[in-house]
Amino acid sequence: MAKFDLNDSSVVVIVGSGAGGGTLGNELAQKGVKVVILEAGPRIENHDFINDEWESFSQLAWTDARTTSGTWRVAKDFSGLPAWIVKAVGGSTVHWAGASLRFDEHEFRVKSTYGNIPGANLLDWPVTLAEMEPWYAKAENKMGVTRTNGIPGLPGNNNFKVLEAGAKKLGYKTVHTGNMAINSQPRDGRGSCQQIGFCFQGCKSGAKWSTLYTEIPKGEATGNLEVRPGSMVVKIEHDASGKVTGVVYADEQGAMQRQKARIVAVAGNSIESPRLLLNSASPMFPDGLANSSGQVGRNYMRHMTGSVYAVFEKSVHMYRGTTMAGIIRDEAANNPKRGFVGGYEMETLSIGLPFMAAFLNPGAWGRSFTSALDGYPRMAGMWLVGEDMPQETNRITLDPVVKDKFGQPVASVHFDDHPNDVAMRAHAYKQGAAVYDAVGATVTYPTPPYPSTHNLGTNRMSEKPRDGVVNKFGQSHDIKNLFVSDGSQFTSGAACNPTLTIVALAIRQADYIAGAMQKKEI
Amino acid sequence: MREIDRRSKHSRRVFLKGAATAVPVAAVATSVGVSIDNAWAEETSALSPATMKTLLKVARDIYPHDVLGDSYYITAIKPWDGKAAKDPAVKSLISDGIARLDQNARDRHKVPYVEVAWEADRVVLLKEIEQSAFFQKVRGDLVVSLYNQKEVWPRFGYEGSSAELGGYINRGFADIDWLPKA
Repeated sequence: MAKFDLNDSSVVVIVGSGAGGGTLGNELAQKGVKVVILEAGPRIENHDFINDEWESFSQLAWTDARTTSGTWRVAKDFSGLPAWIVKAVGGSTVHWAGASLRFDEHEFRVKSTYGNIPGANLLDWPVTLAEMEPWYAKAENKMGVTRTNGIPGLPGNNNFKVLEAGAKKLGYKTVHTGNMAINSQPRDGRGSCQQIGFCFQGCKSGAKWSTLYTEIPKGEATGNLEVRPGSMVVKIEHDASGKVTGVVYADEQGAMQRQKARIVAVAGNSIESPRLLLNSASPMFPDGLANSSGQVGRNYMRHMTGSVYAVFEKSVHMYRGTTMAGIIRDEAANNPKRGFVGGYEMETLSIGLPFMAAFLNPGAWGRSFTSALDGYPRMAGMWLVGEDMPQETNRITLDPVVKDKFGQPVASVHFDDHPNDVAMRAHAYKQGAAVYDAVGATVTYPTPPYPSTHNLGTNRMSEKPRDGVVNKFGQSHDIKNLFVSDGSQFTSGAACNPTLTIVALAIRQADYIAGAMQKKEI
Repeated sequence: MREIDRRSKHSRRVFLKGAATAVPVAAVATSVGVSIDNAWAEETSALSPATMKTLLKVARDIYPHDVLGDSYYITAIKPWDGKAAKDPAVKSLISDGIARLDQNARDRHKVPYVEVAWEADRVVLLKEIEQSAFFQKVRGDLVVSLYNQKEVWPRFGYEGSSAELGGYINRGFADIDWLPKA
């Protein structure tokens, strides 16, 4: 395996090893580019994952201090945990459910499609679906997405069968077991899904795609990629010309190191990535790196989310098998007649008893709450995930008081629902309940959003430098050898889960970076 | 469908008086599913036995599951005694919280909290202190310490870890048999 010198200024340094960083690292390594990935978390291989929700949370979750504000309920119920994401090699591809959907054409052109929505900071992406299609195809092939590349769909579990029966009774048409980056048959050296459940706790069988055991070892095998776990980047440095020169990071022992770099790519998820740019402020860039637009940290999106759990007379055992076992796509289209713009997906979801107790209705107690939990084995569940409106005031800032153990200000996450988000959620709750009522639910529970798993938009792409942070290749408008490679690039959130788009953008970005390096542009 | 046996595994009544350490008493009792007497509350180090017994009642009233015996709730609340022994702030949080609850009970019903006969009346007393740090801490702790007991899971039809059993691919992941034909 490669080991690069701290003073080797020819390397590309990538901050983070998840869907964006891990993919970019492997893609560049395959092209012969030398890469150092600095990952804040430890390297935990999949056989060490734990089928236990709280134990796994302690093992994998990003629990470093963050602060919250705003009217979203997460700020009240989980004030120190705005997001449920992973701090480990593989990032949140360890934790994700595997749903791999392409954006719809209009979802790249939200300003043109939705028009002026008061309070929303809408902007068209500087890329189109047509431009992205070949990269989506590469991503689907890389990840082994079901219902693409001749890969069959996964078998539906009990939770899916309830969803499917209800959806059909209701007249929904597009209902299936999803486009999942989970092997339905052996592929790419990994086995097929054993229906273990616990997808959120890391896939012990490796059937679910994660950069941890796909991209990263493949990149390492080239001799061009070095991954350094336990390496928390605290600052990106630059020279007098304004080009970035490397990063300062705390290593596994907590000692500060300086890794020089030809290019720095930030892929620390939408809370840490803007935090790092803001914490890297200097006399030359007093508002933080890449922030001449003032948009770094703004337009934080987390998807309109919510869940509906329903209890039936007879058993469901929803926890058996894949967590996200199927989808209804009929509400994903943009149909403003429903009273909101954008659309949403309905995807099965199950959580175990410990997390159901924590998340069903945080803070609730007494008989109505325990009655719901008594119904656990007879419960089916779905997650509602839809496009939320980017708002300038939904924002990651540096907390003025709280600092991490290295003395750096922590991220403060402010979020308020937009009226469009509220209207969409109300519609989704109603339709979700209707699906289950159609097959005999005795009671349904509209469940509030969990701490965010889809964190997007805080370093957004824009055609014009004044509107956003990065260009169509994730290259910062202000500093040409500084890139953003994660979901924080998203100009808008779309209805669907973001990972496939993050991976497609990373593959495309690797192509662009390697080309620009060859041409000595950067 | 493959159903989960939700019964307690044992019903034999066993007395556990004189067990050596505090936590295992309830833990052992839970693991063998036995009924227990009041011995668990007598071996406290920081909180009084009366406080512990009231805390048990409070825990039952916060998350009432009539199918669960006291042992599960004791396992859930017993660690407060150890935490109180280590931290005077915790000790006063719990002791003062229980004292206030008892005072409110006496004002209203002329008896301490544990002796207020109907759950509905006790719930009114809890509602009054719902925003207090005492209630918030006890409830926030209990939602994990009660529902995260592996012994509790089968009582709710939850099977826990599955990877070591080969997942559910051959164990009923798709065995639902009562849905209308799609």
